[in-house]
Amino acid sequence: MNGMEYFNAFWVGGAICAACQVLIDKTKLTPARILVSLVVLGVFLQGIGVYQPVVDYAGAGATVPLLGFGYSLAKGVAKAVAESGLLGVFTGGVTGAAGGIAAAIVFGCLFALLAKPRSKS
Amino acid sequence: MKLDQRKYQQLLARKCPRSPLWKDCLKAFLFGGAICTVGEGVSNFWQFRGLDTADAAAATAITMVFFGALLTCLHWYEKLAKHAGAGTIVPITGFANAIVSPAMEFKSEGLVLGLGAKLFVIAGPVLVYGIAASVVYGLILYAMGGGGAA
Repeated sequence: MNGMEYFNAFWVGGAICAACQVLIDKTKLTPARILVSLVVLGVFLQGIGVYQPVVDYAGAGATVPLLGFGYSLAKGVAKAVAESGLLGVFTGGVTGAAGGIAAAIVFGCLFALLAKPRSKS
Repeated sequence: MKLDQRKYQQLLARKCPRSPLWKDCLKAFLFGGAICTVGEGVSNFWQFRGLDTADAAAATAITMVFFGALLTCLHWYEKLAKHAGAGTIVPITGFANAIVSPAMEFKSEGLVLGLGAKLFVIAGPVLVYGIAASVVYGLILYAMGGGGAA
């Protein structure tokens, strides 16, 4: 619990966002494509063993950007394959990201219901 | 240097982009970094409440999704996104925003094919390719011996 971990989370998370801003400005990549690419890239980076050290260093700076969603998918599948083999190939990813997925659906639904129609303010 | 009208327009477009890249990047860096710093605080809160690192990361994702959805519902997230660009798109709060935003817009088309379906306009592709990638990675692990337990 020291200031360094907040600083690391800040600059690593910020750097990931700035890199994606370059992609948005310099290419025709839409935000949806950026999000999809980040999740797949997160799975890949964790798969080749690159992302765990980043998570250890930056904490939320690495897990809060959507790369972290891919990271939890990959981490879940690795654990499940080790525990239950072929079945784990299919159960692991969703298990690893279950909290985020369920939260996104439930809170998404709730707050979309509660939202007032767009006001021109 | 001689320039005809068309070349002048091209030069103008190149020299004066609507917003300079470095400025967009700086804002994305600051806002994105700030959201991740909040996430670090949330993570520490959950660890303080007794969760281990992995569970705290999951709880943090849930909490951040909650706030992203709440701020979208209040129309605050879009105001933030106007300045922050990728700084608000890339964090998981942006994922929540991408779920709530189309759902609230198409709510009038009904609870099933309006709200229910539009929740997944962006979340759908993210889950499709994310889960597919995780299955591919799992198959590779399994083929390589899968950590022994297989």
